[in-house]
Amino acid sequence: MDRQKELYREEAYELLDGLEESLMELEKNPKDLDVVGRVFRAMHTIKGSGAMFGFNDIASFTHTIEAVYDLVRDGKITVDQHLISLTPASCDVIREMLDASRDGTTPSVEKATLLTSAFMGYLPDSSEADTDRQAGSQPGIERQQVGDLVERTWRIRFKPHRNIFSNGTNPALLLRELGSLGTCSIVSHLEDLPDLSLMDPESCYVWWDVVLTTTADYNAIRDVFIFVEDLCELTIEVIDAPGETDDENPLYKRIGEILLERGDITTEAVMEALRSQKRLGEILVETKAIHPSAVQAALVEQEQVRAARRKRMAGDDTTSVRVPSAKLDALVNLVGELVTVQARLSQISSRRNEAELIGVAEEVERLSSELRDITMGIRMLPIGTSFAKFRRLVRDLSTELGKETRFVMEGEETELDKTIIDKLSEPLVHLIRNSMDHGIEPPGTREQNEKARAGTIKLSAIHSGAYVFISVSDDGRGLDAEAIRAKALAKGIIAPDQALSEKELYSLIFEPGFSTVTEVSSVSGRGVGMDVVRSTVDSLGGTVEVESMPGRGTTVTLKLPLTLAIIDGLLVRIDEESYILPLSVVVECVEITRHDQESIPGRHLVKVRNEIIPYIPLRKTFRLDSTPPDIEQVVITEIAGKRVGFVVDKVIGQHQTVIKSMGSMLKRIEGISGATILGDGTVALIIDVNKIVHHDEHVANALGTHEAMTTVTRPVHGPVSSRI
Amino acid sequence: MGKRILSVDDSTSIRQLVQFTLEKEGYEVVSAVDGRDAIQKAKGKHADMVITDLNMPNVDGIELIRSLRSDPDYRFTPIVMLTTESALEKKDAGKNAGATGWIVKPFKPEQLIAVVKRLIG
Repeated sequence: MDRQKELYREEAYELLDGLEESLMELEKNPKDLDVVGRVFRAMHTIKGSGAMFGFNDIASFTHTIEAVYDLVRDGKITVDQHLISLTPASCDVIREMLDASRDGTTPSVEKATLLTSAFMGYLPDSSEADTDRQAGSQPGIERQQVGDLVERTWRIRFKPHRNIFSNGTNPALLLRELGSLGTCSIVSHLEDLPDLSLMDPESCYVWWDVVLTTTADYNAIRDVFIFVEDLCELTIEVIDAPGETDDENPLYKRIGEILLERGDITTEAVMEALRSQKRLGEILVETKAIHPSAVQAALVEQEQVRAARRKRMAGDDTTSVRVPSAKLDALVNLVGELVTVQARLSQISSRRNEAELIGVAEEVERLSSELRDITMGIRMLPIGTSFAKFRRLVRDLSTELGKETRFVMEGEETELDKTIIDKLSEPLVHLIRNSMDHGIEPPGTREQNEKARAGTIKLSAIHSGAYVFISVSDDGRGLDAEAIRAKALAKGIIAPDQALSEKELYSLIFEPGFSTVTEVSSVSGRGVGMDVVRSTVDSLGGTVEVESMPGRGTTVTLKLPLTLAIIDGLLVRIDEESYILPLSVVVECVEITRHDQESIPGRHLVKVRNEIIPYIPLRKTFRLDSTPPDIEQVVITEIAGKRVGFVVDKVIGQHQTVIKSMGSMLKRIEGISGATILGDGTVALIIDVNKIVHHDEHVANALGTHEAMTTVTRPVHGPVSSRI
Repeated sequence: MGKRILSVDDSTSIRQLVQFTLEKEGYEVVSAVDGRDAIQKAKGKHADMVITDLNMPNVDGIELIRSLRSDPDYRFTPIVMLTTESALEKKDAGKNAGATGWIVKPFKPEQLIAVVKRLIG
């Protein structure tokens, strides 16, 4: 912006020089309209561009002079000596104002005021009080308003005049813009299309009925059509709004009612049609009372409003069926056991190979998998129910912090295990607070950086495979990697010579006691909070990832399992026993020979594609004394952005794991998060990778050496810090 | 993307602002200093959209719009005029000449982008 201001100043100085020359000519020949035109244009540009680049004093001062010369140009007043003497004085004032803005001083206003009133004298009374202000409806401006965020459904009829193409308008783009505002159904009416031989290809015969569900308000919708207001018939009506429309019936209106409301048909025609017993729409079309597309448009509206209301109802219903979650847990538990028993049955039946038994086993398999899906489904709730309260949070924080923020939610309908939803609430509060406090800049700063005044915070949920990705993103200033490094150093979280990738630096914000803001606000910066995010997500078996672009914003993504009752696991074997590693953290599996292990004596490091990765021999962790096979396998995992390998005897494969908790006696065993029963009835322990990494001294000790080595290899993946 | 926009203004600073703003959005911008220059540049290579000031020396904005509209190549090309708040009649004159839309000065870069997106996508 400063560069542009400078450019404007240069231009204005130039224009003033030219202007003074023109004034001298004008003095010689006051009737020369060419010169008057030049004077007017110079003033006009100084004014118009001045307003663009924030020179409001210049803009408002020049405004009156411009108005006077506009009248001169139109021949409404004639140039006299007085006017010619006033103008150069004005040039001096403008110059003073330009100088002042360059030097950062304040120009005196007296002369300007005097001159303004002198110029005012030339203006007829009516035009003197600025025709300004009243005039401008600015296209595109409504977008920036922070709407009230209530989702309404609108009925829009857009009937362009035949000649709409003549001014270069493409109606399809307007419809597309409308579509970008929300959920949109468009019905094209082609009934006015004449026969091909009669058609004028430069006329628009098509018109549209649109049903739009959006949080945008009336003005924002109207604004889309601002350029074509006098080139079309346009009606915009609200047909559904929560709490504002009188009936909330999820079935919405009947087709006949909609058509009547739209004025597509008369009451008589409807009554007539109702007397026969077919579907109203069909009859109306058969009797040629209306065109099929009108019925279709009405049907579309009916459907969309029904959908919107169903969605609201669904939101309400979640509170109305209440089952104690203990009962639900018991059910899930039983189903889990049933599935295990069923797996055994299937195994036995395939071994016995008796037709009768196989038939029963298959039946049981089908039923139990259906039962499992349904039971899991009961625990699933749309995440939107918990999203809703964040809207309030954002609004309150906006006021508190003096920031303008738009809150956008996406994927509210995504379903997630209720237990997980409940536990997510706190971390999400912290993430949103953090975005509001550290991410979104104050409106002034944003404007300087050419961003919209209001920042945007987006909370979205996407379902993908066995996971749900929940992300909180803002379009604020982004994370400052250097500040994070400095802070982490000062807090002793990282070592001075530690090589860390950007991703690893970002993830430091989740370390306990970490906060880059020196001043504590009531919102965040107390150094508690973000570590809650990491620990909660860990406990849910998920992962956290941070992406950030300086100046563009930050996105924190939580990857969470759909349910806590079943996980996708990797089945491995150590000393004839089975174990499960959560598949969500597994990156790849590689082989390691005894020779490889002994080549770096005393240190547990493995080189995978030029990357040095510390590993944990699980055989040792679990204190199994048997001799390992010559070739073992390393399951490489990524935990909190760092890679760690787990050495096992053999990788068996992927396994859908129904998690059973360990009995109360065994509950406190560290490094094991649960158990599962395999198809053959044996038990497999589920390994808690986070805990094991925490407690493995070798990995921690390996760091010093590891660090030295990363400097020779790629410094992409830094060491596992002693903190994890 | 890569649509071509002809920006016409006698003010250097506005030309620069328009060019800078739209190029950042991936449009190709050709600048002209007045209506006469614009007519010439419009003939050279077809522009997908024209953004023009109204008050300019030689050929002014209204004349430019009229002239472009009479050119078969530009009959249906979106033309946006930059107006000031005080010039209501000018806006109507521009509309009558065949302008597709208008932007009121002073405007913010994002308003310019919104209008361009609305008219040429």
